[in-house]
Amino acid sequence: MRSLSIGQALRRPRYLLGGWPWRSALYLLTGVPVGLAVLGCVLLLAVVGSALTLVLIGIPLLLMLVLTGIPVAALERRRLRLVDPAPIGDPHRDPDRTGPAAWVRTRLREPATWRELGFALLVAWVLWPLEALVAGTVIAVCGGLLATPVVMAAVTGGEEVRVLKLGLAETYPQAFAVALLGALLLPVFAYPVGLVAAARGALTRWMLAPGGSGTDARIVELGRSRMRLVDAFEAERRRIERDLHDGAQQRLVALSMTLGLARLESPAEPLGGLLATAHDEARAALVEIRELIQGIHPQVLTDRGLQAAVEDLADRSAVPVDVEFELPGRLPEHVETAVYFAVCEALANVAKHSGASRAGVNGRVVEGVLVVEVRDDGAGGADTAVGTGLQGVADRISVLDGHLLLSSPPGGPTVFRLDVPDSALRI
Amino acid sequence: MLRIVLAEDSVLLREGLVGLLERFGHQVVAGVGTADELTAAVGAHDPDIVVTDVRMPPGFSDEGLRAAVALRGARPQLPVLVLSQYVQRAYAEELLDTSDGTGVGYLLKERIGNVEEFVDALQRVADGATVVDPEVVRQLLRHRRDPLSRLTAREQEVLGLMAEGRSNASVAQAMSVSEGTVSKHFGSILTKLDLSLTDETNRRVLAVLAYLRG
Repeated sequence: MRSLSIGQALRRPRYLLGGWPWRSALYLLTGVPVGLAVLGCVLLLAVVGSALTLVLIGIPLLLMLVLTGIPVAALERRRLRLVDPAPIGDPHRDPDRTGPAAWVRTRLREPATWRELGFALLVAWVLWPLEALVAGTVIAVCGGLLATPVVMAAVTGGEEVRVLKLGLAETYPQAFAVALLGALLLPVFAYPVGLVAAARGALTRWMLAPGGSGTDARIVELGRSRMRLVDAFEAERRRIERDLHDGAQQRLVALSMTLGLARLESPAEPLGGLLATAHDEARAALVEIRELIQGIHPQVLTDRGLQAAVEDLADRSAVPVDVEFELPGRLPEHVETAVYFAVCEALANVAKHSGASRAGVNGRVVEGVLVVEVRDDGAGGADTAVGTGLQGVADRISVLDGHLLLSSPPGGPTVFRLDVPDSALRI
Repeated sequence: MLRIVLAEDSVLLREGLVGLLERFGHQVVAGVGTADELTAAVGAHDPDIVVTDVRMPPGFSDEGLRAAVALRGARPQLPVLVLSQYVQRAYAEELLDTSDGTGVGYLLKERIGNVEEFVDALQRVADGATVVDPEVVRQLLRHRRDPLSRLTAREQEVLGLMAEGRSNASVAQAMSVSEGTVSKHFGSILTKLDLSLTDETNRRVLAVLAYLRG
């Protein structure tokens, strides 16, 4: 029942019995003050902003005018749930940096912002008068008819009452008949009110939803296929790691052992020297393969989880790293892997580019969202747009519906922050 | 001669290790390929020392290490040498946390190649010493760099070698200095790290490691 929208409810025979007509009426009625408020704000910002443009204060006001659509749309999305419970997603992207300037820049570049501005202007100039007309007519007609006996009793003291400027009710029976007519008209009006509310709701959804419904389905499917790709990529990583570990690495250990034993027999030169060289080569190969395997997929991540793996990473880092985690336990494997490699990339950047003397990794779950921050005291100036590493991290995290935020003003400090929502934390 | 239970799932490596250990006069009383077999073999043979890989069937995760920790829980005096393909502080720490870390070793598998050093480490673990791979020690040192930054490079080197469970003579030899110099360095390390001096090699390694692990 909850998932019905007004459009569907209208076609059902029980439409009149449920709360739908009332919800529709409430939807239209509340639209009026919203529209008036938006109109007031828009006019005020436009007039004052234009007047003050010369003294520069006006420019931020005009900027606010451009952005008015955002709160209006947010309110309208909530209000829409009165008549259409299916929530509309937020069409806005998260800014890729922290700070108000980055937020404004991102918003101004988005088509959604401009669509929302258009909608706000529509609300201010077109929609609220329509809503006021429909709601007002219903209230005036039904209210007027229903109130006839009351008016007769309270105001005219049993004398004649003029009903809706159309006719006269002269006696109480007549007055009650008129009131009865008003009560009978209520369900009749319920249909046009519902229809207008449905149309208003559909218009809201059409203008404020991120893309059309067909696009939504495609996006969902794209998300799933991206997830499958990442999973397949992970599985392949693990397979390569296993093959190297169980195959090449064991053989090299055995080879090194055999060479070690051979050297014990201490053959004369030049064979002894060659054996020593071969032994050293095997040892060097072992070190390389160990590091290679570690880079492909660290076993400690599988065995001990994110915290142990990041601590291990910190141990290896050239820059001293403080690690602090407050996690409720193990996280789903694909989350651990994605976050681990993200932290890997962040720490690699710290070591390579930042010139930092100290870094810190901090991970915790706040209101169901996993937040992991990597900060350093380096020179700043990092940019997701430069280099493929950070972009790759952002892509991987976005597969989990999470995002990467980077704050790196010139002069530092750099904060690299990952948010992974709780939808990804539930297995 | 040591009676050894050996757990290693790679047949190639297991056979090689058996040959190597026998070459040095030890006896492998059981060579097994899974963690469960390891536990059973220790019950059946009561060996002088257990040598096990970290990653073992059936899960190819850290079953070997877990089995070793469990065995030490049941028989605290049982010497265990764990071979690992990873330089992983977490694994070494878990092992060192069992019965004061006496008679345990955590070595990278690649150390087997230096056959004499490997067999020497095995003997030391069997005698109750603590042996930690130099790579892992290096990681521990790095992890705790704050207090250790007070040590000179030379002193850090001495500490690293000592954490491997070496005697002063062995450290002196490895660094090509006299034993006197080593004890002088060690005295200054203990002072700088606020550790009290005992002359038993094993205890001082433990003290150092305990300190490093915080």
